[in-house]
Amino acid sequence: MIPASFDYVRPASLAEAVQVLTQGGEEAKVLSGGQSLLPLLRLRLAYPSLLVDVGRLGELHGIRDEGGHLHIGATTTHDEVVRSPLVNAECPLLALATATVADPAVRHRGTLGGSLAHADPAGDLPAVAVALDMEFVIYSTSGERVVAARDFFLDYLETALGPGEILTGIRVPKLGPGWGYHYEKFHRTAQAWATVGVAAAVRVSGANGGTRRIEEARVALTNMGPTPIRATAVESAIQGTDLPDPHGPPGTDPVREAAARADENTSPPSDLHAAPDYRRHLAQVLTHRALLTAATTP
Amino acid sequence: MTGEPAPGGHEVGAARRRKEDARLVTGRTQWTDNIQLPGMLHVAFLRSPMAHARVTRVDVSAALRRPGIVAAFSGADLAAEQGSLPCAWPVNDGMVIPEHPPMAVDMVRYVGEAVACVVSTDRYKAIDALEAIEVDYDPLPAVLDMTEALKEDGPKVHEAGNQAYVWKFAEGDIDAAFREAPVVIERTYVQQRLIPTAMEPRSVVAQTDGESFTLHSATQIPHILRIMLAQVTGIPEHKLRVIAPDVGGGFGSKLQVTAEEVLLLLLTRRLGKPVKWTESRSEGNLTVHHGRDQLQRLSLAADAEGHVKGLRVDLLADMGAYLMLVTPGIPILGAFMYNGIYKMDAYDFTCTGVFTTKMPTDAYRGAGRPEATFAIERLMDELAHELSLDPIEVRRRNWIAHEEFPYTTIANLTYDSGNYEAATDRALSLFGYDKLRAEQSDRRDRGDPVQLGIGVSTFTEMCGLAPSRVLGSLSYGAGGWEHASVRMLPTGKVEVVTGSSPHGQGHETAWSQIVADALGVPFDDISVVHGDTAVSHKGMDTYGSRSLVVGGIAVLQACDKVQEKARHIAAHLLEASPDDIEFTGGSFTVRGTGAGKTIQEIALATFAAHDLPDGVEASLDSDATYDPDNFSFPHGTHLCAIEVDTETGATRIRSYVAVDDVGKVVNPLIVEGQVHGGLAQGIAQALFEEAVYDPEGNLLTTTMADYLVPSAADLPDFVTDRTETAATSNRLGVKGVGEAGTIASTPAVVNAVVDALRPYGVHDVRMPCTPERVWRAIQETTS
Ligand SMILES: Cc1cc2nc3c(=O)[nH]c(=O)nc-3n(C[C@H](O)[C@H](O)[C@H](O)COP(=O)(O)OP(=O)(O)OC[C@H]3O[C@@H](n4cnc5c(N)ncnc54)[C@H](O)[C@@H]3O)c2cc1C
Repeated sequence: MIPASFDYVRPASLAEAVQVLTQGGEEAKVLSGGQSLLPLLRLRLAYPSLLVDVGRLGELHGIRDEGGHLHIGATTTHDEVVRSPLVNAECPLLALATATVADPAVRHRGTLGGSLAHADPAGDLPAVAVALDMEFVIYSTSGERVVAARDFFLDYLETALGPGEILTGIRVPKLGPGWGYHYEKFHRTAQAWATVGVAAAVRVSGANGGTRRIEEARVALTNMGPTPIRATAVESAIQGTDLPDPHGPPGTDPVREAAARADENTSPPSDLHAAPDYRRHLAQVLTHRALLTAATTP
Repeated sequence: MTGEPAPGGHEVGAARRRKEDARLVTGRTQWTDNIQLPGMLHVAFLRSPMAHARVTRVDVSAALRRPGIVAAFSGADLAAEQGSLPCAWPVNDGMVIPEHPPMAVDMVRYVGEAVACVVSTDRYKAIDALEAIEVDYDPLPAVLDMTEALKEDGPKVHEAGNQAYVWKFAEGDIDAAFREAPVVIERTYVQQRLIPTAMEPRSVVAQTDGESFTLHSATQIPHILRIMLAQVTGIPEHKLRVIAPDVGGGFGSKLQVTAEEVLLLLLTRRLGKPVKWTESRSEGNLTVHHGRDQLQRLSLAADAEGHVKGLRVDLLADMGAYLMLVTPGIPILGAFMYNGIYKMDAYDFTCTGVFTTKMPTDAYRGAGRPEATFAIERLMDELAHELSLDPIEVRRRNWIAHEEFPYTTIANLTYDSGNYEAATDRALSLFGYDKLRAEQSDRRDRGDPVQLGIGVSTFTEMCGLAPSRVLGSLSYGAGGWEHASVRMLPTGKVEVVTGSSPHGQGHETAWSQIVADALGVPFDDISVVHGDTAVSHKGMDTYGSRSLVVGGIAVLQACDKVQEKARHIAAHLLEASPDDIEFTGGSFTVRGTGAGKTIQEIALATFAAHDLPDGVEASLDSDATYDPDNFSFPHGTHLCAIEVDTETGATRIRSYVAVDDVGKVVNPLIVEGQVHGGLAQGIAQALFEEAVYDPEGNLLTTTMADYLVPSAADLPDFVTDRTETAATSNRLGVKGVGEAGTIASTPAVVNAVVDALRPYGVHDVRMPCTPERVWRAIQETTS
């Protein structure tokens, strides 16, 4: 549990950061909150020769309203996200999911950018990014580029970030009124990673008392494959369906039927906590729950 | 401030806050890893990545060329002096006790076994240099499954075969009991392998001045360790001092003579410099001895009214690759507990110890007794189900009634006292049993996806290890007494030296309470010294819920001697006969007169020694060694209500009631703390923890992301209460509480899980009852 030796720099500006990172080449790694990178170093699963600490760069930090979306700096901590009035008002799904990450100690150090750049398939936030079509602002010595969430997560722990690139911020679109949200996380202990997680956003029409209809839904899955997966089959199956009346006679439940398609096009992993078939089953059950809860929150 | 004495001025029984906690929780103390000595070197071990292999070559020369490396050794380098790690409990004559080199020489038999080490001026450099050591392995097949291991022509862990021993116990006519029984329940239960998780990792510092040696270790057993290390290393006992500084938890895992302790002594002897090693958490998961790992094949015979007639237990116990300090004895400790609190006519027990290519097993909180209690408490629930009886009612029909004590059980133990009726009644009312049963049947009727299960465990255990003659009859290598010294200092303060070796239990507080009452001195005027063989010269250390029950009585006996001596001196000074002297509240007074002296005045007068009675030594010191006549038998009734989400398999404990009878209570806060921690550990076995090896024998659960230790957030609010039936086997009436929660809770929780799933035709879920296992159990019976 002791890392191999490495060099460490803490650049004073983003410009300097990309410079030293580029000089460091493949062997250099960005360090943010350290909550995923340091465990890898200590277990000697990663051997970078240089760590470029961006954790204290003011340019990468903070949450601001940019009109159609929020801009969240990459080094904004999980705890700051959870407590942000802006995030809670405009993108509550991100706050809900972030609140389930680890424990308070980790949430005070770990960052949104680090979580997304790390791209752990069991991480809770990549699925939210995919569900909400977030955009990733990336900077390097050749300037800035913006990558859509669906193009960002490439494979297990692999993203569109190339050597010399730093994720500076995330654009989180505001979905506007009428949406309800839920992040349904299934894990074995309070501090454990998700066995399976489901991020859902649902737009419901219809007044209280009358029939309520799901006009639109966005659903993404955590830990059902090497990358977060958008459950498009569920989304199209549920679009335009009426929510079942909880007090009405039992009958077919279109939400459950739609949720049963949650594991389509997934390739769930097998590990000590769950075999793939059980994960598939969980994805269906949790998607059903996530949709119902989201539909009752707006 | 450490709280107030109990009403009436008694210390025993008061909820004193623990006097040791301030330094323990703030870290203002010396843990072994904090020790810094001039010139100290750091040791790192290269460990086998193979479960079973011949070691054909170890070359440390490249490591020696790395920066900061002072020395590097292979097992062959140390073979002539490293000896064999001891097993102090050969349960049978003629059993197989394989050589156990601290560092592998030509064979490795589990992943994690040390094959080489480096010594460096810097811990980081030491670990880096491990990569430069070259080892060639000639792989052999891993031996993982006990049943497979016992087959004639399979691969062998040791030349003598994979069977370490067969140990039997029988009482009563077992064939008759089964022949005539209308009800026979047969079950096989798996006690999964567990990894003890102490907050403080193991850590060792060894030093020498060329002649004498000092070993600091995060150990539970400094005294036993000294004797054993002297034998293994050849360092004469009187030249070896062992110190257990403050130790952060053990749960049995530090009741061991470890390879690292031996090797660090050898390294300091070779190099002449102090050396230190502290394990990482992953290194610890691999190489701290593991717990449980038994296969229990059980059959229980009963009559149609649910009276138990006979019990057959056929165990396979996984020893792992070697026999460590008490490895073979652990399942044997359980042998006497399978009958639990119940009466029966016949009992038959067989245990086969089996070698596999895994980390050796040994004592883990409860040690043999949790396994036994689990088996009988699960069987009682199965019997109740078979006969459509309430599980509490079945127990009532079988348990020893309170008026039947002392009672000699079918396992030949004499339970001195108990009141199972009282504890059960109290638990039922705190739990709201009838209301929860009503809710359960309502959920069943509605087909609620969330079902409710109710589990009970009416347990007992044997504590206070142990009467020396009983240990002798079980071939254990030592006695079970405990030692204490009590000395009054000139200023009237008191120092207590205990042979018990606390590692989180709160001995300093409890011992102070006992001494405060016995000598009439203030609680804060007492200090307790422990854990250093140069200061506490004699002891049997701490394990098996023995400290208070054995060590506490030794303290009391030492106080008696001080008091008696002080009485003589007081009588002399007061010019009265010792028979006329009364001792109350710390003062000696002449009966019928007002004349008196406090014990503090006597202490000062003894120190001055100006006017002592003839033949009386100038000291108020004493030594006492206490050997118990019998074990003690705490018991209790635990009830668990659990919600099972049948769609996901997730479980959630809704409520948990623990009513324990630990006899007289010296400090209710300490008892409460022990019960809470014990419950957490027992629930962990039921629902969360399992050490998993892959088919090649690699341990998969090497981090806390894989080996799931529950935190407070995963556990319910416990409702705890007590009944108090004093033990009659010792003067304090105490029974021990260290393991009760762990022993009781595992079956209570699993009984609750199974109870929830009975409507689905599920009658067992293997531990830990993970969501996936619960879900599969439902799938298997309903599809
Ligand atoms: C005990 C524990 C439990 C946890 N449980 C959960 C959980 O339940 N759910 C969950 O989602 N997560 C969990 N985490 C992970 C946590 O969310 C981490 O904070 C997060 O994954 C990484 O963020 P960080 O800022 O610490 O990144 P770091 O560890 O500093 O970096 C992670 C990776 O991202 C790269 N990186 C970081 N910042 C940038 C950047 N700006 N540009 C480019 N690359 C960058 C690094 O090079 C590295 O490869 C847990 C962590 C711990 C220690």
